[in-house]
Amino acid sequence: MGAPSIGRRRFLQVSAALGGGLLIGFVWPESARAGASTALLPEGDFAPNAFVRIATDGRVTVIINKSEMGQGPTTSLCMLLADELDADWPKVGFEFAPVDPVYAHPGFGIQMTGGSTSTFAMSIPMRQAGAAARALLVQAAANAWHVEASACRTEKSFVIHDASGRRSAYGDLADAAARLTLPADVPLKDPKDFRLIGKPLKRLDTPDKVNGTAVFAIDVHLPGMLTALVAHVPVFGGKAKRIDSAAALAIPGVKQVVDVGSGVAVIASSFWAAKKGRDALKLEWDLGPNAGMSSAGLRAQYKKLAEGPGMVAREDGDPKGAMNSAAQVLDVEYELPYLAHAPMEPLNCVVDLRADSMEIWAGTQFQTVDHAAASATAGLDPQKVKLHTTFLGGGFGRRANPASDYIVEAVKIAMAAKAPVKLVWTRDDDMRGGYYRPMWHSRIRAGLDASGAIASWMHTIVGQSFIVGTPFEPFIIKDGIDGTSVEGSADTDYAFPNLQVDLHTTTVGVPTLWWRSVGHSHTAFVIESFLDEVAHASKTDPLELRRKLLAGKPRNLGVLELAAEKAGWGTPLQHGHARGIAVHHSFESYVAAVAEISFEGGRLRVHKYTVAVDCGRVVNPDTVQAQLQGAVGFGLTATLYSAITLEAGRVVQSNFHDYKMLRVQEMPQVEVHIMPSEEPSTGIGEPGVPVMAPALCNAIFALTGKRLRNLPLREEDLRS
Amino acid sequence: MAIELNVNGEKRTLDVDPSTPLLWVLRETLELTGTKFGCGAAQCGACTVHLDGHAVRSCVVPVSAVAGKKVTTIEVSGNREVSALQKAWTAIDVPQCGYCQPGQIMSAAVLLAETTTPSDSDIDACMSGNVCRCATYVRIRSAIHDAAASLKGGK
Ligand code: FES
Ligand code: FES
Repeated sequence: MGAPSIGRRRFLQVSAALGGGLLIGFVWPESARAGASTALLPEGDFAPNAFVRIATDGRVTVIINKSEMGQGPTTSLCMLLADELDADWPKVGFEFAPVDPVYAHPGFGIQMTGGSTSTFAMSIPMRQAGAAARALLVQAAANAWHVEASACRTEKSFVIHDASGRRSAYGDLADAAARLTLPADVPLKDPKDFRLIGKPLKRLDTPDKVNGTAVFAIDVHLPGMLTALVAHVPVFGGKAKRIDSAAALAIPGVKQVVDVGSGVAVIASSFWAAKKGRDALKLEWDLGPNAGMSSAGLRAQYKKLAEGPGMVAREDGDPKGAMNSAAQVLDVEYELPYLAHAPMEPLNCVVDLRADSMEIWAGTQFQTVDHAAASATAGLDPQKVKLHTTFLGGGFGRRANPASDYIVEAVKIAMAAKAPVKLVWTRDDDMRGGYYRPMWHSRIRAGLDASGAIASWMHTIVGQSFIVGTPFEPFIIKDGIDGTSVEGSADTDYAFPNLQVDLHTTTVGVPTLWWRSVGHSHTAFVIESFLDEVAHASKTDPLELRRKLLAGKPRNLGVLELAAEKAGWGTPLQHGHARGIAVHHSFESYVAAVAEISFEGGRLRVHKYTVAVDCGRVVNPDTVQAQLQGAVGFGLTATLYSAITLEAGRVVQSNFHDYKMLRVQEMPQVEVHIMPSEEPSTGIGEPGVPVMAPALCNAIFALTGKRLRNLPLREEDLRS
Repeated sequence: MAIELNVNGEKRTLDVDPSTPLLWVLRETLELTGTKFGCGAAQCGACTVHLDGHAVRSCVVPVSAVAGKKVTTIEVSGNREVSALQKAWTAIDVPQCGYCQPGQIMSAAVLLAETTTPSDSDIDACMSGNVCRCATYVRIRSAIHDAAASLKGGK
C-alpha cells in the first residue's frame, strides 16, 4: 500500500463506563457536530468509540483497533497509551475493538490492518487518549484535595500531591474523572519522559498463546454449531455443473449440500463428517475460461510483453539516449512466481445468523470491508451485524481481501444452514484458493559509461494489479499505474542520472492480493540483485556502489553502513563462506541485511543474517527484533521454496509437502541492530522481508559466480 | 461407538465415529482447542499431542487407535516439561501469531523428557516437523535450551 497519511483528525471524548469507571474515546468531527457525542451506545461494558477504559478497580483496558497477527499491536498500542497515562503496566490489558468508523485507519478511511501502518497511524491517537485520561484523573484528585492540578504528579496509576503527601489510585478517581470536561489542550509527554515507550516490554498476549487459551476464529465454539467444508471449483472462474450429493448425504452427520458459487458446501455436525461428505461428493464442473491456463504459458506471455515498453511510471532525464550511448549495457530478466500467504491458521469464519441479526467471528485484517460484505450478503442492515475480531493465526495480507471471499462464503453457508456454522478451509483450500502475490516478470537494463558508472537504468515490470476494481483504486492507481506494482522501483532512492520504470499491467484469471511487503517483495529482489550485477561488471565493491548511489540519503546509508560494519563487510571470512548485501526502503522504514553462506556437504547453508533497521522511534525494541527474525525466515522460505504454479488451469500445490516452509534446522542465526532515531515510528511487519532474497542470492553469486534471477531457487541452485 | 480416553489425566467416554482423527475429537467433542489444525496431513506439527508420552500428529491418528491410551495436550497442568517450556517461552516472548506454539511446545516437551541437555542437532531432529510460518525458530531454539537448563537446575 502507498505511504500512509495521518489524514483526518478525531476528537477526544470522555464518558462514564457502564458499571463505573472512566472511558476515553474519540469521535469524528462530523459526529461531534451532529451531537452524536452524547448518544453513546453502550456495547458490552464499553462505548463503541472507546480507546481506553479505566475501571474502578484500577484495571486499564486498551481497546485495540488493529488486528493481532503476530506483529504485536496488542502490546505496542497499550504501551503508547499507558505511557502517557502513567499507568502501572501490570494493570494494563486489552480488548479487540468492535467495528465502528471511529476505529478506521485515518488515511484509508476503513478499519483495517495493513501496509505496516499501525504504529505510524495510531501513535498520536493512542498517546492523546492516554494523556487525556491522565489529565482528568489528575483534575479529579486536585478537585477532591482542593489543590491545583499542576501541583500534582502521576506515577504507576496513582495521582500524588507531594506537598501534602496525599495519593489516590486511578481506580478510586475514575468515577469522578468521568464527570469532568476534557481540557481543551492536553500536552503530550516530552519523549525524554517516556517510561514505557522504547523499552523491551513483554508481550501481553504471550501467556494465552503458550497455554492454548488464546482464541483464534477457528477455536470459536457456539452451541448447536455446525461445520462446513467447501469443495471449491478447481479452476478460477469456473462453477459447478452437476452435483450428485447422494453419497455425501448418506454419511452420518452430514446435514446439507449446497452450491455457494465458489464451490459446493457440505454442512455437517462435525469437521470429520463434513470432510467425509466432501470426499463423497460427485461433482462435474464447468471449468470456465481459465481451464487452459498454465504457468509456462503465462511466463511466455510476460516475457514477450517485457520486450516492449509499458506505461511509464517514472522517467528522469533521457534514459533511452543514455542507454544507446553507453559503453556497456547489461540487459537481463528476473522472474518471480505467484505466492500463497499460507498463514498457519487456515482461513475460517464463524457465523451466527438469526432472523434479523448476525454475529460473525473472524480473524480479519479488514473489518470494515468484511462487515459491509457480510451485511450485504445476508441482506441485513449493517447496524444489526456484529463482527468480532479474534486473534489471527497469521495474516500476511491474505486476511485483508477487498472481495471478503471466505467471509461471504461463510455467510452464504449460514443462510442455507439455519444454524450457527463454522466454515473451515483445509490447507488444500487455502493453498488453492487464490488471492496470491502476483507472478512478476522484470526486464532490467543498465547502461554503464566508460568509467563503469551507471548512466542509464531502465526497469520494465510485467504483472497483475490487485487494486483495479477495488475501492482502493482512487488511492493507489495514478494515471493508470498501480503504485503497488512499481513501488520500490519507481520511487527508488538510488540516484540514477537517467531512469525509466514502466509497467505492463496484465489481466489474468488468477485472483491476486497484497502479500507481506507487497510490491517491494519483487522490486527489491530485482533491483538489489541487479545492482550487485552492475557492481561486479564495473569491478566495484557492492557496498561501495550503493554508498555512491545513496549519497545524501542518510537513513538508507545509516542502515547500510550499520549492517555492513556489524557483519564485518570486507573482512576475511572462514574458507568457503561468502557474504551478500542488500538495502531497501519500504513502508517509511529502512532495512539493510548481510547474508553469510557456504556450501556444507555440497548443499547451501545460510549461516547468518546481520540486519540493520531504521523504523523511526521504536516503541518496543523486542518486537522489532522479533519481526526481523521472522522476516528472515519468511523471506528465506519464499527464496528457497515457494511457488504456486498452474497447469491446465489448476493450482499444482496443495499442502506443505509441495509448498514447503523453512524448518528450524534451516533457520540461520539472526543479529538485529536498531538505528536510534527520533523520527516518527514507522512500519516493521513488512519492511524486513524485501532484502532477504537479494542478500542471499548476492552471497551465492559471490561464492559460486552463479547469478540467480528466478525465484524460488531450483534444487540445482542449492547444490555446489 | 463408545471410546474411552484418558485426556490430561481425566477419563472421558465418548461416542464418536471411530475414524475421526484425535485432533477433531479434542477440538470439537472435548472443546480443547489449544491443539491446532494446520495441515491435516502430518506436515506441520500444529496438532502435536502426546500419546503415552510420545509426540504424535493428532490430525492423522484415528481416535479408535487411542482407546485406553494417555493423551496429553497443551491444556495439561502439572506436566514438568510442558510447564518449564511455557515459562521459558514466556520469558523470551517466543510467539508471534502464536498459532503453531502449542504444537511446538508439545514436541519440545518430549525432547526434554528424553534428554536433559539437548544439543542444537537434537533440537533440529525433534523439532523439524513443526512449522512456524512466523519463523520464530531462533527463539524456539533458545527457549528449549533455557527450559532444559531450568529443569536441570531443579527449578
Ligand atoms: S495439522 Fe497435524 S501435522 Fe499439521
Ligand atoms: S508463531 Fe505464527 S506460526 Fe508460529
